[in-house]
Amino acid sequence: MRVAVLVKHVPELLSDRGLDDAGRTLRTADDSTLNEVDENAVEAALQLVADTGGEVVAVTLGPAIAVDALRRALAMGAHRAVHLTGPELAGGDVVATARVLAAAVRHLAAEAPVDVVLTGLAALDGLGSVVPSLVAADLGWPQLTVVEELGVDGDVLVARRELDGVTERWRATTPAVVSVIDTANEPRLPRMKDLMAARSAEVTTLGAEDLGLAPDAVGAAGSRTRVVRAERRPPHPGPEIVTDDDGEGGRRLAEFLVSRDLVGGTR
Amino acid sequence: MTAATVLVVALGEVRSPVLESVTLARTLGTPVLLSLQPLSEADTHALGRAGVARALVADLGEARHAPAVAGRAVATAAEATGATVVLLPTSFVAKEAAAHAAFLLDAGLLVDVATLRLESGELVGGKRVFAGTWETECAVTSPVAVATVRANAIVAADAPEAVTTAVEPLSVDATLPRGLVLDEHEEHPRAEGRPALAEAAVVVAGGRGTEGDFAAVEELADALGAAIGTTRDCVDEGWQPHDAQIGQTGVTIAPRLYIGAGISGAPHHHGGMQASGTIVAVNVDPDAPLVQIADLAVIGDLQEILPAAAQAIREHRES
Repeated sequence: MRVAVLVKHVPELLSDRGLDDAGRTLRTADDSTLNEVDENAVEAALQLVADTGGEVVAVTLGPAIAVDALRRALAMGAHRAVHLTGPELAGGDVVATARVLAAAVRHLAAEAPVDVVLTGLAALDGLGSVVPSLVAADLGWPQLTVVEELGVDGDVLVARRELDGVTERWRATTPAVVSVIDTANEPRLPRMKDLMAARSAEVTTLGAEDLGLAPDAVGAAGSRTRVVRAERRPPHPGPEIVTDDDGEGGRRLAEFLVSRDLVGGTR
Repeated sequence: MTAATVLVVALGEVRSPVLESVTLARTLGTPVLLSLQPLSEADTHALGRAGVARALVADLGEARHAPAVAGRAVATAAEATGATVVLLPTSFVAKEAAAHAAFLLDAGLLVDVATLRLESGELVGGKRVFAGTWETECAVTSPVAVATVRANAIVAADAPEAVTTAVEPLSVDATLPRGLVLDEHEEHPRAEGRPALAEAAVVVAGGRGTEGDFAAVEELADALGAAIGTTRDCVDEGWQPHDAQIGQTGVTIAPRLYIGAGISGAPHHHGGMQASGTIVAVNVDPDAPLVQIADLAVIGDLQEILPAAAQAIREHRES
């Protein structure tokens, strides 16, 4: 199988995250990392290929420093890496992002067939979870998304997904788009020598023109939304603290809820 | 953009999240409903009270569970009604359908908005990002907009005047993408009288500090009519089912009231609940991260505090 795994470079959850004046996510090399649940996608891709033979190609879209996400994927065992970058690709919304990623998959498929596109459930900066579906729509491929358990039977992918109050089992022939959740597997930890090797591994760089996309189809120009306001909220004033050393803590909790009119609303 | 017609999509029963979206739709234009399953009499009554005069039903059977088919139904309905704004209550399934619909309609896509308004002819959606630390607004620049609306961001309200809802069938191509087969779709029975976690106005969540005993959490949830939530490690321990997991990769919630008991507040959990209206932490550790972001923190043993709070709430209700 040949698997393209789409990964994202995002700010660390515990870093001081923010937006710049253009409403774009601030990213620095020190504070950013491979999106955590994308490690599950890389792991799932490696397991698919381990079972069936083939190649894992890690793909990311982002500025120069986003190459770090690819290096992490390479250290985990991805065979190749493709960095989609360039000034014209910057500032894209989910629609423009998915258009570029789908074009990259087509570009890879022109060399040799791509059987599976794998992604994580969500990028933990934007939390949109829509790019996998948009890529599937663009490619016209079936999708298995929000997958907790992924198996393969010949050229058929078998997936179980757990939604709110629902369990679903799906099958799809390849090519297909798959997104996995954080409980789908335990991502392997790269060995030191693989981390070192990934630092100098070759990364293919592609821009909009290489993908056959017009400048006005990508980045901010190819987006259908634009950020009109981005403001940091005032810091939290800190909690009112009640110490339950007199057995009255429960009653005082209830009084607090009553004072805020929060005990009436049941549905 | 002029939002003369606003299509609101019900992927399941017409419950509060759908009525919240209808309430929002009325501020933007005339709401029309699309349901992907037959409407019950209770559904049409609720829609009539909410001012929905027209409802389309695309009876797709099991095919509606395929995101591409659900998205095609939404796009077909938007084209049939001339809707320029399409709203879906947020869930993973809704996001999938919204993405496919936006692709087919060449529409701008906003995810998980808490507010929507028309400004200088553009639809502008607002939401909090980065675990509630930033406030953002995005404008849709294309003629058609698709948005998923966060549960509990808007209080569902009846229209000033109830109407009779005319229900008409909508014909939609229900062909699944080639090679895709649904083998099983199993809905889990929900605890009697308890709302769904994703749409509950009140959530009581228990973490590792429960040591696996959720009786006190359940008692307080019962007193408040709340849903029960939990953390990743409690799911891993087998103490609670997977679909009770609150977090960035589980269920993301924003209830009016969130009570976290015995929960330290790891970043993943935190990112899944920080948009909640009022946050209460009950913990033995005053330095727990969840305590720091709470509006009220009660420091002590949750097994004593929660039942006492439940008792006080029941007494308040009866008085």
